[in-house]
Amino acid sequence: MSRLFPFIGFMLLVGLFGFGIWWNTQHDPNAIPTPLLNKPAPEFNLPKLYEPAQTVSKADLLGKPYLLNVFASWCIECGVEHPVLTAEGPTLGVALVGYNYKDAPDDAKGWLAKHGNPYDLLIADEPGHTAIDFGVYGAPESFLIDAKGVIRYKHIGPLTPDVMAKELKPAIAAMLKEAP
Amino acid sequence: MRLRSGRSPLAGDAFVPGFGHRDSGLAKAKASPASGLLRAVFVALLLFAGFAHAQAIEPMPFKDHAQELRFQHLTHQLRCPMCQNETLADSNAPIARDLRNQIFQMMQQGKSDEEIKQYLVARYSGFVLYDPPLTARTWLLWFGPLLILLAGAGVVLVAIRRRGRAGSTTITETPTDNGDDW
Repeated sequence: MSRLFPFIGFMLLVGLFGFGIWWNTQHDPNAIPTPLLNKPAPEFNLPKLYEPAQTVSKADLLGKPYLLNVFASWCIECGVEHPVLTAEGPTLGVALVGYNYKDAPDDAKGWLAKHGNPYDLLIADEPGHTAIDFGVYGAPESFLIDAKGVIRYKHIGPLTPDVMAKELKPAIAAMLKEAP
Repeated sequence: MRLRSGRSPLAGDAFVPGFGHRDSGLAKAKASPASGLLRAVFVALLLFAGFAHAQAIEPMPFKDHAQELRFQHLTHQLRCPMCQNETLADSNAPIARDLRNQIFQMMQQGKSDEEIKQYLVARYSGFVLYDPPLTARTWLLWFGPLLILLAGAGVVLVAIRRRGRAGSTTITETPTDNGDDW
């Protein structure tokens, strides 16, 4: 019997490592859980990308839910996300707010002119200060914010059809069910 | 973001062909009068490599040297959320630069290290702390190694006792190895 112990120990290790590999295929190991989930979104007051003289604050957007999508023209993965957002954005049932992150306005406008503009509203955070309050550390990132201004869901990295179907759409459905 | 983090990584890339030339040059270096030149280029590259690293951190107008030391100490304890194996002090990621600036500003406002850490944890979670606090979520992280050590010690103890008992009763009867002592 005691001869089996090393083998059992070995199999336990195999199980542990196998679990680790499986876990990492299911989760993005680089994604940091946001402490802001189910908490009020931070206050912000940012200029519109196309009309920098006008600003948009959190209070302006209260009353209806929206998806805040952090993007930038320098961000390679945003190019991966963009067609998905363009195709599926209008079907989501929430407004799409583009959050242009640490980008030169002309670069951002050029990028949108080239790839198309799926956003209902575009705000720009060129210095990136407000983004720190949102816990943004790269692009793309997406926040689902409800009519009361509470963050209901966050996704780090590009929104893929899979993420949309499995995470974002159920989160939107749950939110709309609660407060239509 | 690579485009924006510009300076140092780009500078680093630019050195790579330099090192390649040096390697190919060394093979025929003995007879070549160019070896002295190559050595000079190599030394220059080494010097510039240090220079590029120093540039990763922009100079900040610290009040005094003590504040600068405090800043360095604090940023070395914090983890860059983007390049997750780098400290805020070392990382050249845009977000690390922004957070360093933010920390600097908060220091000027007289915020304590603890307040600054709380500010970052509230936004980026406990992930940013290299020294995670002991909470219900992290106790396994803290005590897991100790538990594994204790489990190992237990196994060794049991094995030694068993062997000792087996030895005292059977050693005279079966002096040969019974193959059971793993």
